[in-house]
Amino acid sequence: MMAKLIGKRITRNEDPRLLTGQALFVDDVELPGMLHAAFLRSEYAHAKLKGIDLSAALERPGVVAAFTAEDMGDDWAPGPPLVIPPPTIEDVEFYTRTQVPLVKDKVRHAGEPLAIVIADSRYIAEDALDDIVVDLEPLDVVTNIERALEPDSPLVHDDLESNLAAHLVQEKGDYAAIRESADKVIKRRIVIERGIAGAMENRGIVASWDNKQQQLTVWDTTQSPIPIRNGLASMFGLSEHQVRVIAPFVGGGFGPKIMMFYPEEVLLTWSTLKMGKPIKWIEDRRENFYATTQERGQIHDVELALTNDGRILGMRDDFLHDTGAYDPYGLTIPLNTQCHALGPYDIPNFSSDLKVVFTNKTLTTPVRGAGRPQGVFVIERMLDIAAKELGIDRAEIRKRNYLPRDVFPYDNLIIDQAFSSFVIDSGDYLPAMEKALKLIDYEKFTQEEQPKLREEGRRVGIGVVSFIETTGVGPYEGARVTIESSGKVNTATGVGTQGQGHFTTFAQIVAEQLGVDVRDVHLVTGDTAQFHWGTGTFASRGAVVAANAVNAAASIVRGKVLKLASELLDTPEEELELEDGVVRVADIPTQFISLGDLAQRSNPLRGAVEPGTEPGLEATAYFGPKYGATAFGTHAMIVEVDPETMMVEIKRYIVVEDCGTVLNPLIVEGQLHGGVALGIGNSFYEKLVFDDNGQLLNASFADYLIPTAAEIPTIEIAHQVTPSPLNPLGSKGVGEAGAIPVPALFAQAVENALGVDGLEILESPLSPQRLFELFHGEEKDA
Amino acid sequence: MKPAPFEYIAPTTVEEALGHLAEYGYDAKILAGGQSLIPMMNFRLAQPSVLVDLNKLAELSFIRSEKDGELRIGAMTRHFQVERDDLVAEHAPLIHEAMPKIATPQIRSRGTFGGSIAHADPAAELTTICVALDGRFRCQSARGERWVPAQDFFLGMFTSVLEPDEMLVEIAIPPMAPRTGWALEEAARRAHDFALVGVGAVVTLDAKDCCERARLVFFSVGDGPVEAVKATEMLIGKEVSPDLIRAAAEAVTDELDPSADIHASVQYRLHLARVLARRALEKAFARAAAPGTQAA
Amino acid sequence: MSEAMDITVTVNGEVFQKTIEPRLLLSDFIRHELNLSGTHVGCEHGVCGACTILFDGMPVRSCLMFAVQADGHEIRTVEDLGTMENLHPLQEAFQEAHALQCGFCTSGFLMSILPVLEGTTDLSEEDLKRAMEGNLCRCTGYQHIRDAVQLAAEKMSSGSES
Repeated sequence: MMAKLIGKRITRNEDPRLLTGQALFVDDVELPGMLHAAFLRSEYAHAKLKGIDLSAALERPGVVAAFTAEDMGDDWAPGPPLVIPPPTIEDVEFYTRTQVPLVKDKVRHAGEPLAIVIADSRYIAEDALDDIVVDLEPLDVVTNIERALEPDSPLVHDDLESNLAAHLVQEKGDYAAIRESADKVIKRRIVIERGIAGAMENRGIVASWDNKQQQLTVWDTTQSPIPIRNGLASMFGLSEHQVRVIAPFVGGGFGPKIMMFYPEEVLLTWSTLKMGKPIKWIEDRRENFYATTQERGQIHDVELALTNDGRILGMRDDFLHDTGAYDPYGLTIPLNTQCHALGPYDIPNFSSDLKVVFTNKTLTTPVRGAGRPQGVFVIERMLDIAAKELGIDRAEIRKRNYLPRDVFPYDNLIIDQAFSSFVIDSGDYLPAMEKALKLIDYEKFTQEEQPKLREEGRRVGIGVVSFIETTGVGPYEGARVTIESSGKVNTATGVGTQGQGHFTTFAQIVAEQLGVDVRDVHLVTGDTAQFHWGTGTFASRGAVVAANAVNAAASIVRGKVLKLASELLDTPEEELELEDGVVRVADIPTQFISLGDLAQRSNPLRGAVEPGTEPGLEATAYFGPKYGATAFGTHAMIVEVDPETMMVEIKRYIVVEDCGTVLNPLIVEGQLHGGVALGIGNSFYEKLVFDDNGQLLNASFADYLIPTAAEIPTIEIAHQVTPSPLNPLGSKGVGEAGAIPVPALFAQAVENALGVDGLEILESPLSPQRLFELFHGEEKDA
Repeated sequence: MKPAPFEYIAPTTVEEALGHLAEYGYDAKILAGGQSLIPMMNFRLAQPSVLVDLNKLAELSFIRSEKDGELRIGAMTRHFQVERDDLVAEHAPLIHEAMPKIATPQIRSRGTFGGSIAHADPAAELTTICVALDGRFRCQSARGERWVPAQDFFLGMFTSVLEPDEMLVEIAIPPMAPRTGWALEEAARRAHDFALVGVGAVVTLDAKDCCERARLVFFSVGDGPVEAVKATEMLIGKEVSPDLIRAAAEAVTDELDPSADIHASVQYRLHLARVLARRALEKAFARAAAPGTQAA
Repeated sequence: MSEAMDITVTVNGEVFQKTIEPRLLLSDFIRHELNLSGTHVGCEHGVCGACTILFDGMPVRSCLMFAVQADGHEIRTVEDLGTMENLHPLQEAFQEAHALQCGFCTSGFLMSILPVLEGTTDLSEEDLKRAMEGNLCRCTGYQHIRDAVQLAAEKMSSGSES
C-alpha cells in the first residue's frame, strides 16, 4: 500500500477548537453547586507538625469544609509507588517512601500540603488559608545531595539510616582493568541543576461524586488517565467502572503531569466522596513551583579512558541523583541517565555507581528528557575534553566512536528504564553527523570564519553533539476503531493528549488504512469511559506504541470492510480499493459501496448476524513493543558571546533528527522546535535556586526565566529516516528528542566561543553570571 | 493567587481622589496601571484595605510641551501613548528610546508613566531617565501642591517623598541643550526582563567640542536611581577621547554599591556598570557630536 | 468593606450587566462569570500572557485588572474572532503553520498579535519578536508562531486590498 497520508504535512484536526476557545480544559469545567478548594502549604522545607487549628477558617462565611490529615482517619495513606525496581536488578537497594495526601507527622519539602479548605469560591478559600493556625517546629534542612549523604546530615525520613533512597551499580565489561591499559584517562566532576517543566497550564482537578448514580467523575490534567482511574478505584473501594477519569485538553504535560498520585488527586476525590459535592482545584503558578514535580539535579564523577587516537575504551560514571523528599517514580530518571551516557558510541567497558538521594525539596519525576539530557551532557562533554586533550577535532572524535550501522540490534548489556536490557534497535549515526556538519558549514566556519571573527575581537563559537533517545517503551497501548453508519470513523485510545497532535497523526493512520478523509476520523483520547486499557502519554511513546495500536485496529477493520464489500460487490478482495470513503472495484469507478452503507449492513436491524461473526465494522487492538525504539540525531549551533556582558546570542541552530518513519513532518518539526526551546531554557535561563533552608528563591515567572520568542532562534531541521524494525509503522518517538542534546551542545559552543585555554564548562544550566565567573576566574590565573 | 478583599473607590476628578487619600492615608493604595501592584496583590504580598483607582482621571492623561520647550506628561498617560508620541520622540528621545524596553506590550498598554515613577522600583528605566534628564515631578495633596526635582524624589527601594495623602500628577522634562547626546544601555537576561544593570547617559558638548555637561545615572545597582557624579566630573571641560571615556567608565564603580541577587553578584554588577557606562558614554558623545543635534 | 458593585461591560459586542466583588480579577470575570473560557490563565502575575485580551482595542493582561475597572469599557476575547467553521485569517494561519500544540497559550498569542496586524501587515523580524515577547509558549519554540504571523500578515494584507 502506497502511503498517501502517512508522512504528509497535514494540518491538525484539533486546531479549530483550540483556536476558537472551544476546547475544554479542566478549569473550563463548571458544574452546578461546585465548590472550590485551596491548599495550605508548608512554608518550611523540614518541620515537625505539632498541630493545626482550623476553627477560625471554618467560621469564615463561605467556607464549607476544611480537613487535615487527622480528619482523613483510616483513609490517610502514603501514595502508591509507581515504578519500583523489580528484583530482576541484582543487588539494588531501594527504599520506597511515597508522598502523603496531607502532612501528618512532619513536613519534608516546602509547599507540602498541610490542609485543604473547601469554599464557595477560590477567593474565599484563599482568605481562609490565612485563618488557619499551624504549629510547625522547624528542623534542620538538607538540600544538597552530597551533604545529604554525610553521616550527620538531617534525615528526610527518620526511619531510614541515611538519606540514601537507592543504590545501584551497573557494570559492562571490566572498566577497572581497561583503565590501567588506557593511553589517557580523563576525570571530571559535572554538576547539573534543577528546573521545572513549566507547562503553560498548571495542574487542575474537578472531582464529582454522584451519589444516585454511584459514579465518580474526575477531570484531571493528567498524562495518564487510566492508571489514575485504576488507582482511585482501588484507593476508595470502587469498581473501575464506577470511576471515570477524563483528561480533556491538557495545556502541556512535559512529564510532571504523569506523576500519579499527586496529593491533590487523592484529596479532591476523598473530599467529594465525603461531601457529595463537586469540587474544583486549579493549581496556581506559585503552587506549581512547589507542588509539581521537577527534574535534572545530579552530580557526576566521570572518567573516560581512551586510546591516543581517541577511541573510547571505557567509562566510569558514578553519580548522585536528587529525588527530592519522596521517590514514587523509582529509578526511571537515573536509569535513563546511565543508558544515555553511553550515547551512540561503542563503549565496551562501563561502570556506573548510582546513588539516589532524598533531600528537603520538591520531588523529582521525569521532565521532558527524563535523565537523558544529563547522560548526554556527561558523555558529550567528556568527549569534548578528550578531543581537546588529544588534539582531535570534536566531530572527528565522535565519528571514530560511533557504533557502526551493521551492529544493530545492539545490546548495551545494562538495564534500562523498562528494567530490561538496553538494546538499541537500529541506528545510522555517521550520516546524521555528516549532514549536520554540512548544514552548518563546520569546516568553513572553523577554518575561515571563526579565526577572522576572533581577530575582530568577537567570540563566536560552534558546537556539534550527537545523542540517542530511547523512546516508545511498553508495556502496551490499545485502540478501538469503529466505522459509523455516517461513514465517519471513530477512534478511541487510552492515552491522554497534551498537544502532541494525536487527533491528527492517529487520524492519518486510520484514514490511510480505510481510505477516508483525515477530517472524518474522530479521535477520543484521555477518557476512561471510552477506552478501558492503557498507560499513558510519556517516554515519547504516543507515536510508537499508541500509533501502532491504532494502526493494528484500523487494519483489522480494513479487513472486515474488504470481506463484507467483497460479498456485496461480488468481487474478490484483491480487486477492491478503499478510497474517498467508499470501497470500489478497481478500474470500475461506478461499482462501489460507501463505508457508511457497509457499516449499516454490518449492523442490521433485521435478519441475523451469522454465527462466528460480530456486528459492526469495529476492532480493538493492542500493541506492545518487545523493547523501546531508539531515535537519534545530531545538533549543531553557532553562538556569539559578548565577552563584556556575557550575554549569549544563538546565531544558528541545526537539528538532524532520525525518528524513524515520520508520520507527519509538520508535527514532528513542532515537537523538535519545542524541545530545543526547552533545552535552551535548561542551558542558559532556567535554574531553580534553593537557599539553605530549602526555600525556592525564584518561584515566579518573573524570576524563573522561561525563554520568549526573543531568545529562541530559528531552528533548521533536516530529517534522516532509519525505521524501527520493532513496529509495523517503523516509527520512533520524538517528543523529548529536541530537548535532550541542547545543554551539552550549548556548553560546547559557548566554551568554544570564549576560547580561553583551560576554561571548561562542566555544569548546566549556565548563566551570564556564571560565565562571568568562569571567564574572569581563568583570566586571573593566566 | 487571588487578591484579598478591599474597598474600591474610583474618583473621577483629581480633587475627589485627593479627598479620598486625605481620608484613608496609609490604609489606601493608589491604583494606577496596576501592573506592579496587582501581581503583588495576587500573591497577597500587598493587601491594601482601600484602593483608590485613578484610571477615571482623564485630566491626568496628556502629553504636551510648554512654551519654553518643556515636555509635560500627565501621570496617568499610559506607556504605549508615550511610546507612540511624536512630541516625546522629538523632545525627549531618551524616553522614546527607553519605552520599548519597558516590560512587554501588554504591560505598556496598561501601565502608566506616573505609576512607574511613583512605584520607585530601583530596577526601572523611567525613574533613572527622569533623573538623567533633570525632570521634575508635580505632587499634589489636599494640602496643596509641590514640584520635586527627580533627583530628590526617590528615597529608597519602592519609597519616594510622596506622603500618604499625596499623589504624583505630572512629570516635566526640560528641553535638551544644543549638542546634547543621550543613550540608554542595559544588560538583561531576557529581552523584556528588568535589567541586571542599566544606565542612562546624557552629555552636552560645548562649542570647542569639550564636554560641558554629563550625567550618568544607573538603575538596578542600588536602592533607586544612582548617579555617578565623580566619574562624570572627570569629563567636564575636557576634550572627549575613547581613553577618557574608558577612564570615566572605570571610575563609576567607586560610586556604586549594588547588591547581589540570584541573577548577578556584586562583582558582576560592578563589571557590567563599567562596560555599560562606557558604551553609553560612547554612544551619547557620538550623538552629541553628530551634525544636526540641537535643542528640541 | 468590599461591597459588591454593578458593572456594565461590552464584551465581543454584547453588553453584560453584572454584580461583582471589586477584587474579582478580570480574567476570572471573563472566564467564570461570562463563561468565555477561551481566555486562559497561566500565571496570574502578568508574565505568561495567556490571559491577554483586548481592552478598548489594546492588548492587556486580564489577570492584572479588576473586573470593576472594565465598567463602561469594551473587551474583545478570542471568541470574537472566527468560528470553528469559519476561522479568522489569523486563526487560519495558526492552523496552517502549526503554530499551536497544546493550545493553552494560543488565545493569548492571537489577542496580542491581532491588534498589531490590524495596525500594519508590514512586519519586520524585529516587530514580530516585539509583538510576541509578552507571551510564553512552552510547546512550539515560537518558530511556527512567527511563521503563522507572517502568513497571517499576507492573508490580511491581501484581504484588505480585495
